[in-house]
Amino acid sequence: MVQTSQATLIGYWLTVILAMGLLIVPWSTPVLYLAPNWVLLILIYWALAIPETAGVGKAWFVGLLVDVLTGQLLGQNAFAYAASIYLSIKQHKRIRHNPIIQQSLFVCLILLVAQIIVFWIERINGQIMPMLSWLTVLTGGIVWPVILLLMRKIRIFSY
Amino acid sequence: MVVLSLALIIVDQRSDTLKPLRDLLSVFVYPVQYVVSLPNRLFNNTLKSFKGYKELLSENKDLKRQHLINSAKLLKFADLEKENIRLRSLIDSSFKLGEQVLVAELLSVNLAPYEHVVVVNKGSRFGVSTRQAVLDENGIVGQVAKALPLSSEIILITDPNHAIPVQVNRNGLHTIAIGSGLLNQLNLPFLPNNADIVPGDLLITSGLGGVFPQGYPVGVVSSFVEQPDKPFAIIKAEPSAALNTSRELLIVWNNDQVIPLSKQVEGEGNGTD
Repeated sequence: MVQTSQATLIGYWLTVILAMGLLIVPWSTPVLYLAPNWVLLILIYWALAIPETAGVGKAWFVGLLVDVLTGQLLGQNAFAYAASIYLSIKQHKRIRHNPIIQQSLFVCLILLVAQIIVFWIERINGQIMPMLSWLTVLTGGIVWPVILLLMRKIRIFSY
Repeated sequence: MVVLSLALIIVDQRSDTLKPLRDLLSVFVYPVQYVVSLPNRLFNNTLKSFKGYKELLSENKDLKRQHLINSAKLLKFADLEKENIRLRSLIDSSFKLGEQVLVAELLSVNLAPYEHVVVVNKGSRFGVSTRQAVLDENGIVGQVAKALPLSSEIILITDPNHAIPVQVNRNGLHTIAIGSGLLNQLNLPFLPNNADIVPGDLLITSGLGGVFPQGYPVGVVSSFVEQPDKPFAIIKAEPSAALNTSRELLIVWNNDQVIPLSKQVEGEGNGTD
């Protein structure tokens, strides 16, 4: 077990809160559909970087907060986030050493899993998500390299 | 974890028991919403403070004129209301008293992109509760979907999952207007091909269902397409409320006190005559 420092933990929560803010920034409608799921991307980053600390439990709690933030059914994002973070932690040793492009593909896959879970729950609840909302999966993958490099910079800075 | 979230989802879908939890978490989340909406608000405020003197003068003049016209109309309205109550008491039907309103300001945050839900800065601490009607200066905006302690979520009438009972102002035809998912369109899917409705007709709330107070404008019929091979026509309406531009909304309290029926009103009427 690696002991994670207090600073990293603070960084974890700060970036998550920042991502939550980004999630609810009001864009115009076409951009809205393109906006990636910032919170989940940040969570995946932390799950790959410090899997011992950024566990499934924390991801579940963050998901619950996002549910309240966006006024959706309690537990739907929590479920999706917990499942996708579980997958990322399972695979983190393999993924960490891949080149960035392959990581992007993997992230796309995880975002897709999360989106499918949300889609199912919404469907059972009687909501039908428009086809356009699947685009966030792609944009998430495209944005991943930026997030990765940016977060690395921040982490080096914080040490 | 999976079981826990599934349990949460099911309980939250079927009942209100999780409201305390949602309320508690929403207090943590509210600062995020507030901070995100801050730049927009600051921008608007600075814009306001840079308005020219002349502009303010002319605006003031306009507002004064508007106020004069409105108060003149209100004079007439008070008289009409009394007459309406008297007439209703004659035909033995009850009449609801006026409503109380609270002004709430929109927080410029976006929730799920496919839902037409907005957040305002007044919550259950101000006495807001679910299923209250929300207006702006031009008409019905929507209803309160969730009342959290510091904020509340308002579902717009154009949300695909929202339906509002309406009435054609011209002839009293009842129907239901359903959101289309577009901010400038409502659908009226339950009227037959021979219904007496034409583009330009004003739709008002009918008061059925008990959520929306009666008589507020909802929209104006914009198109009517007959479908000879189908039972129902395709009718579209445009909401009266400025759904995408209004920043201040009015939350309405439906006053449940009903004016007492004939005898007492008659007595009152005799006294004043």
